[in-house]
Amino acid sequence: MATATKPEPTRRDFLYLATGAVGAVGAAFAAWPFIDQMNPTSAVLALASIEVDISSIQLGQQVVFKWRGHPLFVRRRTPKEIAEARAVPVSELIDPVARNANLPDSAPATDANREFKPEWLVLVGVCTHLGCTPTVSTPQSPQGDYGGWLCHCHGSQYDTAGRVRKGPAPQNLAVPPYSFTSDTKIKVG
Amino acid sequence: MKIALPLAAVVLGISLCAAASAEDTSAPLPIKHMQWSFDGPFGTYDQASLQRGFQIYKEVCSACHSLNLVAFHDLAAPGGPGFTEAQAKAIAAGYKIPAEPNEQGEIFDAKGNRLTRPGILADHFPPPFPNEQAARLAFGGALPPDLSLIVKARAGGPNYVYSILTGFAQRPPKGFKVLDGKFYNPYFPGRNISMPPPLMDGTVTFSDGTPNNVAQEAHDVVTFLSWASEPNLDQRHRMGLEVMAFLVLLSGLLFLSYRKIWKDEH
Amino acid sequence: MAGHSTYVPASGFERWLDSRLPIMRLMHDTMTTFPTPRNLNIWYTFGGILTFCLAVQIVTGIVLAMHYVPSADLAFNSVEGRIMREVNYGWLIRYIHANGASMFFFAVYIHMFRGLYYGSYKAPREVLWLLGVLIYVLMMATAFFGYVLPWGQMSFWGATVITSLFSALDQVIPHLGSAITTWLWGDFAVGDATLNRFFSLHYLLPFVIAGVVGLHIWALHVPGNNNPLGIDVKGPQDTLPFHPYYTVKDAFYLSLFIMLFAAFVFFAPDFFGNPDNAIQANPLVTPPDIVPEWYLLPFYAMLRSIPQKLIGVLVLVGALLTLAFIPWLDTSKVRSCRFRPLMKQCFWLLVADCVMLGYVGSQSADAALSLGGMQLPLVWLARLGTAYYYGFFWLIMPIVGLIETPKALPESIAKAVLGAKAKA
Ligand code: FES
Repeated sequence: MATATKPEPTRRDFLYLATGAVGAVGAAFAAWPFIDQMNPTSAVLALASIEVDISSIQLGQQVVFKWRGHPLFVRRRTPKEIAEARAVPVSELIDPVARNANLPDSAPATDANREFKPEWLVLVGVCTHLGCTPTVSTPQSPQGDYGGWLCHCHGSQYDTAGRVRKGPAPQNLAVPPYSFTSDTKIKVG
Repeated sequence: MKIALPLAAVVLGISLCAAASAEDTSAPLPIKHMQWSFDGPFGTYDQASLQRGFQIYKEVCSACHSLNLVAFHDLAAPGGPGFTEAQAKAIAAGYKIPAEPNEQGEIFDAKGNRLTRPGILADHFPPPFPNEQAARLAFGGALPPDLSLIVKARAGGPNYVYSILTGFAQRPPKGFKVLDGKFYNPYFPGRNISMPPPLMDGTVTFSDGTPNNVAQEAHDVVTFLSWASEPNLDQRHRMGLEVMAFLVLLSGLLFLSYRKIWKDEH
Repeated sequence: MAGHSTYVPASGFERWLDSRLPIMRLMHDTMTTFPTPRNLNIWYTFGGILTFCLAVQIVTGIVLAMHYVPSADLAFNSVEGRIMREVNYGWLIRYIHANGASMFFFAVYIHMFRGLYYGSYKAPREVLWLLGVLIYVLMMATAFFGYVLPWGQMSFWGATVITSLFSALDQVIPHLGSAITTWLWGDFAVGDATLNRFFSLHYLLPFVIAGVVGLHIWALHVPGNNNPLGIDVKGPQDTLPFHPYYTVKDAFYLSLFIMLFAAFVFFAPDFFGNPDNAIQANPLVTPPDIVPEWYLLPFYAMLRSIPQKLIGVLVLVGALLTLAFIPWLDTSKVRSCRFRPLMKQCFWLLVADCVMLGYVGSQSADAALSLGGMQLPLVWLARLGTAYYYGFFWLIMPIVGLIETPKALPESIAKAVLGAKAKA
């Protein structure tokens, strides 16, 4: 016969194939718990969202909290710092997008897009270069040329809105998902 | 047959051992055996019972017993009492947790009281006493055990805990000496227990109108404590049935393959 | 069997690799074409099952070690709080590991008794048997260290009792035993230092076992498998290639074994456990009954049956050492008990004896059996059992081999198998 060169799969072949396939599917399912166990535990997840009290933060002061294992910068900006940040045109920025988890990804990096209330800047304190914690700049101890933060690891500089102004960091400091639950409390995460 | 003989002798011997010993008033009574919703391979926790049981733990047991391993977020986890996250948050906020040092580095206020903050979901149930010594002092030397694993830590599990909770009603037999400061409970080893009867008819009032007699209260709190000991039981049973079904299929296919391959060889 | 390889590299890469590291050839010769007696029965599937058990214990163990904290203050909570409640599927992985130990021993006991019954320890497989005994001893050590890690009451007091066995040496050389126990503990009692080193050893030993298992399999592949008839393979008509015949057979029985395993893990995870181990270790309070895990109970019964400390320990150690002498204690010319009517009975009596010893070991030390009003202290049963255990290996084995008249052996494996088929 013409088709004899390509034999039909016999019942026997199909049986072995099915057995092997079912075994492989079982092994794949069995692997999942061993992979998933490395993900954050329920205890870690329970701390993924925290509430912080910002009532005691003074004008011009930054307080660092811990959120999801990272430093969380809460900075109460002076009118001068706000004005400086607002004066910068977006076109001058290294990273022109807001990097604000509370806004769409495409939002431009205007100062207004970096906060809910002008006075309060809430940032994840992780340098977008390789993860060091930048040092805050104050009038008493200025860090870098932009009045915001200086990362000592490789010299990245951020302005008073936490936007990167000098490399090697490629992005603005991230704004975490947060909201004001009252005038003196924010919920992060 | 000659093989069967020694085997039979051993089996006979073992079964004879089961014969009960003579009456002894300090030996505990055999525990009661109750029906639990979480018994058997299909068992699951009864959510309403868990919620009532939690209420009893909160209003009664927690005055003396810690529940160290259970976190507030567990109350909203699947397979648990089924509180919403908001409810669990509110429950957590109702507890005072020892606070972290404040900006002045203090953990005590001016009067020497421990500073506290409201609980959050990530916190565990706070113990009623700061340490073992304080607890023993309060109870004349006895230590109320932590309840996180109590059902697993006792032979008989839920039935044992239920028997203890409902065993206080029985009168000691004539001549039995109830020690000073102890209570008679025939299911407890030695029958002298330091715990006063925790549950009475009407000790708690259930908002769902469930009768609040001792039997019902004990049943609910034991269900809750069983969950505290084994919070993943629902998931375990469900997964177990799936795994078994899969293994039956796989074994069946393997058996057919086996028969096929060996068809001509034996 | 060894020596000629039928491996033909299928591709250029395989040819290249074969002349540098002939690993494909090794796999091919040992797992594909390896000539295996055609009459292996269900009891021969336990070798594969045991390999599976070892792999499961190692994989789950490595995962558990990612979450476990070997410190006296934190160990209990890291197991009962973190692994059992917080880690994703932590409960599942721990239950597999804990029940896996029991399943491992269950399988190894079947494997050992199978070897005893069919005379698999006899020439030319003595080294194979000795490696097996070594694996068994390593398994017991690993299981013992592992049982300490959850740091429950039974963990702590089990560790105390077992390590204190060494203090019996005080009766040989004063202070020697105590010095050894103190050294083992790194403290004056079981404590933080002990837990840490036991964790280290518990992590190490499974890999040592895996290494010895490799030797065990190597030593199997030189003389080839024994078989239920106990007669040598005479030619190709007596064997089948390992694959697909035994891969599929092993896989089928492994699947059934996993079903039993899963039944415990999902529906009775605490069946082999002890409630006292759900209580954190407390060095000031001993639980009323110290019971080792079930797989150690027969030896525990032997230990307790002797009222003298040093002798008790020696009896325990001797019972294990005895296993290493078996290849030279058996004087019979015939391997399989199928053809040894007298030995067969003695064998089943030994199985019953071990079960009985296990039962006695699980009862409290002063328990008694009431036989129609008569009180028979269990310790006497244990003594009887111990005597038979030693008697079996040191007297029955050599003597029965000399006096017994074995049944006629079949001519060949193929004849025996085909004959059975003809009748059916
Ligand atoms: S990590 Fe900040 S500059 Fe490199």
